[in-house]
Amino acid sequence: MYSFDFERPTTLDDAVKALGQDEAQALGGGQTLIPSLKQRLAMPSKLVSLAAIEELKGVTAEGGVLTVGGGTTHGTVAAEASAYPALAALASNIGDPAVRNRGTVGGSLANNDPAACYPAAALASGATIVTNTREIAADDYFQGMFTTALDEGEIITAVKFPIPEKAAYIKFEQPASRFALVGVFVAKYSDGVKVAVTGASEEGVFRWTEAEEKLSADFSAGAVEGLSLPAEGMMSDLHGSGAYRAHLIGVLTKRAVAAAG
Amino acid sequence: MTKVTMTVNGKTVAKEVRGNMLMTEFLRDELHLTGTHVGCDTSQCGACVIHVNGQDVKACTMFAGEAEGAEVATIEGMANADGSLNTIQQAFQDYHGLQCGFCTPGMVMTAAALLRDNPKPSETEIRDYLEGNICRCTGYHNIVKAIMAASGQDVSAIAAE
Ligand code: FES
Ligand code: FES
Repeated sequence: MYSFDFERPTTLDDAVKALGQDEAQALGGGQTLIPSLKQRLAMPSKLVSLAAIEELKGVTAEGGVLTVGGGTTHGTVAAEASAYPALAALASNIGDPAVRNRGTVGGSLANNDPAACYPAAALASGATIVTNTREIAADDYFQGMFTTALDEGEIITAVKFPIPEKAAYIKFEQPASRFALVGVFVAKYSDGVKVAVTGASEEGVFRWTEAEEKLSADFSAGAVEGLSLPAEGMMSDLHGSGAYRAHLIGVLTKRAVAAAG
Repeated sequence: MTKVTMTVNGKTVAKEVRGNMLMTEFLRDELHLTGTHVGCDTSQCGACVIHVNGQDVKACTMFAGEAEGAEVATIEGMANADGSLNTIQQAFQDYHGLQCGFCTPGMVMTAAALLRDNPKPSETEIRDYLEGNICRCTGYHNIVKAIMAASGQDVSAIAAE
């Protein structure tokens, strides 16, 4: 690792101030950032840990919306998001128990790894990403792999997930990393169905609108039978070709619909 | 440099450390608590698992500064007050849950976290919970048996090694 200073503010205001300094970087749970720092992929002058800021933590359900603080760990979401079972299940399958005790929702969304799970949940739920300065709709937030609408120094304070009537997330795990080789989140609301796909596209998480139309008309696995996406633009690596990933999207979408019931 | 103060196995420690000092380095190099092992340094093997405020975490993927004010427990703090092995450690010995012993500190710390939240886990729950702990020697069956036994459950149904 390169050397850097370390700061651990206890209030959001102090964190915003600390992040205003040149080359300062926010540290959520560090489960992605620390490995990247070890590989010298990042060279911050200062790391600003958000873990001591109590106002960023917690899960609450009110008026059909589940609000998760940006600094809430996956472990806490798994245990406390019972109002949105598909989201709790997603959280309980990220990494391993020790990783879930550190990694945070805000960290995952700020990083926007193309194979991360939370981006699929946020996009399929039509979530709102709340920051220290504004609210961003999920549809505007994800802007390609590792790229988001966040400005320099902007902190995710909470994520608001409208709670669907039915939902399920199915991921096909890359067996070594447990990241999604492909993951599909399907959520049914009274005004329609949303389908978000992670792990597949070179553009990062995306909505599969053709499947959404079919499923909004008929919420059954059969409704998307025969529907497919082209292999072009899908990631290809030693774990799976673009064609394989494209195929998995169809399969997992059907499984997710069946699991949502 | 950053000043950190925390409680490690019940004792308060305060040190000036580099901003980029990992918890594994803090425990091993600063406090000479070398029971916390470093197998991979990339968050995969679980040999470095410790408890921070009661939660199992990977010490290689956490900075010392993040443990400011925390209660930290390591394998060195697991034995009973008279120095005898605690229930989980004894079960690892009784059921041959270790061979070279490199993974064992992390296995014991992970098992302790599991049994605190789930005192009578099923075999599947144990295997799931060990997802982030790698053992190159035992083939896992005896580790699972040891954890079953430590929770006071019958182990006869678990596959032989
Ligand atoms: S040394 Fe920390 S997980 Fe391997
Ligand atoms: S006993 Fe040797 S790695 Fe587990």
